[in-house]
Amino acid sequence: MNKIKIVSTVSALSLVAGMAHADGHMASDMTLVSWGGAYQQSQINAYTDPYTAMNEGVSVTWDESSAEAVAKLRAMNEAGNITWDVVDVVAADALRLCDEGLAMEIDADEQLAAAPDGTSAEDDFGDLLVGDCFIPQIVYSTTFGYRTDMVPDGVAAPSNICDVFDLETYPGMRALEKRPINNVEWALLCDGVAKDDVYDVLETEEGQERALAKLDTIKDSVIWWSAGADTPQLLADGEIFMGSTYNGRLFAAIEEQGQPIGMMWDAQVFDLDGWIIPEGLSDERKARALDFVYFATDTQRLADQAKYISYGPARLSSAPLVGKHASLGIDMAPHMPTDPNNAANTFLYNYEFWADYRDDIDAKFQAWLAQ
Amino acid sequence: MSDLNISVERPPLLTFTVPMVAILGACLGFVTGNVFEQPMVGCVVGALIGALLSVVLAQFEGIARRKKTWSTAALFAIAGLIFGGTGGLVGGAVVGLCLGWFATWIGSGQYRAGVPTYYTAAQTLWHNVFLAIAAMILFFLVAPLVPVMWLSFNAQDFFTFTPAMLAFEAEGYSLKHYRNFFDGGGRPGLGLLYGTLIGAVVGGLLQLLPNAERSLGKFVIFALVGAVLGVIVGKMWGVSGAEWMTPLKNSLIIAPFATLISVSLGTLAAIGLSQSHVPFRQWIMAIMISPMIVPLIISATGMFFFYAPLGNWLEATLGLNQSFVGYVKVILAHAVLGVPFVIITVTATLVGFDNSLTRAAANMGANPVTTFFRVQMPLILPGVISGGLFAFITSFDEVVVVLFVGSAKQQTLPWQMFTGLREQISPTILAAATVLVTISILLLTTVELLRRRSERLRGLSPG
Repeated sequence: MNKIKIVSTVSALSLVAGMAHADGHMASDMTLVSWGGAYQQSQINAYTDPYTAMNEGVSVTWDESSAEAVAKLRAMNEAGNITWDVVDVVAADALRLCDEGLAMEIDADEQLAAAPDGTSAEDDFGDLLVGDCFIPQIVYSTTFGYRTDMVPDGVAAPSNICDVFDLETYPGMRALEKRPINNVEWALLCDGVAKDDVYDVLETEEGQERALAKLDTIKDSVIWWSAGADTPQLLADGEIFMGSTYNGRLFAAIEEQGQPIGMMWDAQVFDLDGWIIPEGLSDERKARALDFVYFATDTQRLADQAKYISYGPARLSSAPLVGKHASLGIDMAPHMPTDPNNAANTFLYNYEFWADYRDDIDAKFQAWLAQ
Repeated sequence: MSDLNISVERPPLLTFTVPMVAILGACLGFVTGNVFEQPMVGCVVGALIGALLSVVLAQFEGIARRKKTWSTAALFAIAGLIFGGTGGLVGGAVVGLCLGWFATWIGSGQYRAGVPTYYTAAQTLWHNVFLAIAAMILFFLVAPLVPVMWLSFNAQDFFTFTPAMLAFEAEGYSLKHYRNFFDGGGRPGLGLLYGTLIGAVVGGLLQLLPNAERSLGKFVIFALVGAVLGVIVGKMWGVSGAEWMTPLKNSLIIAPFATLISVSLGTLAAIGLSQSHVPFRQWIMAIMISPMIVPLIISATGMFFFYAPLGNWLEATLGLNQSFVGYVKVILAHAVLGVPFVIITVTATLVGFDNSLTRAAANMGANPVTTFFRVQMPLILPGVISGGLFAFITSFDEVVVVLFVGSAKQQTLPWQMFTGLREQISPTILAAATVLVTISILLLTTVELLRRRSERLRGLSPG
């Protein structure tokens, strides 16, 4: 009996000791946070696979939590236990995290790679370096897809943003995102407001009422979505005629799934997605995170990502390097939201305006939805 | 009551059977007509077909009901095949089965078979409506699973019944979502080999023990259990970074440990709390089962702030590995959630436990530990096992607490399903759900069969 006890105690102790020993090099372990799905897959293919091939012994864990990144980082910060190393967020979230001191400030010229021709990172990213913590990665757009087989006979396919509001020519349900951003801009644009004046009008009480009144004209024909996957699903089901979503989702539905869906790029809204590094990492982890971000946002890597998903690289110098899709073999350039043919009429997400007015307009929008 | 039932009589054909079957025919016709966007036409045609069918079926008196039903189904299926291809075949068979069964059931007067003869028409109607409601409840409990399983074989990446699927064409179906689910390496073949071998060896060795019952059956059972466990362990061996297999592996690590802890603690707590001399029993009980009552999101937030410093301390002071600490935190949190289930089921079985048995055992010189394992435990085992099953399922299904307490390395299967559903709506989730449902059914069936077998062996039921 005693022998068994000794043996089991010793083996239990050695087990714990073995686990403690594995601790040695913390920074060989990295937790990246992203959005899951095809987007995360493109990051795995373009960034982490080559990175782990170059740096043997580094292992990467993915957490599909970008949607609640702000809340989770706040909680982690409060509990003093930050388990994330590099986090993929949209620019608006990056600005909030930066303001709250939850994200590390980045000096682009110091900590990011220069372009191959020697242009500094600051110039290469240009305007897209919003805030002090945000490391841009891609430009994506929120735009419309429509069922090509549901376009009424004798009518041209929708090509203007105002076709969304034209229930007579294009009957059928629409899918719009369950938040005011983008929707109110489109509504005003189709209510006769000039593109340059949209945000001036939206600042006023009457302007906000006017946008909601325009949305009211199609309210009964709208399904409101909250996840990017909803619209492609609804389009595939034939439940809606047209709907807004991220352009990469539509690309996947059209080119990879062969769905009868067409793109309507008019008045697409550009937004940025990129990395932040949380504040408060240990020195070893911070060094690893910076090393990874330096690698993953260089010119070639950003161009490589476009082989797997139709989002535009954030660097000017990456654009000429965008090639063909890795498995479909089609040219990716015409599918980029930044392609001149697609970008004839575009919006850029107005961070300043929405930072100031978001809560206010959000409340009005939700109240309007509930009416 | 059964002697009150006499042999049933045929109801009048024209005034009763025909209209009844015509009504059902109209309902089915309405549904079928909807497919072709002509519900009203379908309604009328269905009523006519129903009336005709009831008259025709009434002409064959000597044929058994079952034969009539199946031949109606076959007839409808053939008609469906002619008009609507493969999809029509299945639809026709289902409609034919319903209508044929109903027509013969009504026509032969069987609807009165379950009620005493003195029942009025209204009472008979209520009796049958009641049965129908009960059947509907069962149907609505189970029916949502059917499209999930069906859609999991979809060839497209959407939750959509494609025309090819509805027409039962082979190209509409695919196993690719199952391939996605099981993707990620592992060595199931090797695991099967080793598992069977180890199981067989252990089964063989056990037979060599003195006083052991020797039988080939035991040997085979050990080898089979070894094979099953071997396949699972082999499939999980060395898996990392796979989209679905890694979460499954995490779930299979976390759930058994959490179950073990909650069963041990919960059983002991239940036994202690069933002793009449324990002070504040009600209060302790209330605190112990509170994780079941407090909203999960509240427990989860509390646990997050409780376990974070604990984890930090374990990592900093004891120098334990970060991912090991992560597992410990999730396992402890899940164990807390499982304890109430074990306490409740074990307390329930303890109510029927005769305490004079423990006194008798003590009288014969057994110490409390021996008494517990040899006398009390075997008798309360059913409660312990069902509590353990509940604890296991709680941990295996849990998504809120693990989202808070766990980090990405402890991502469990429900967590992966949750993010997958929110971000990508991929039918792989349906494949995962189908696999889980199948496993649960197999598991529960096995447990039930074993329970019956042991009852039979103990002579508790005539079996």
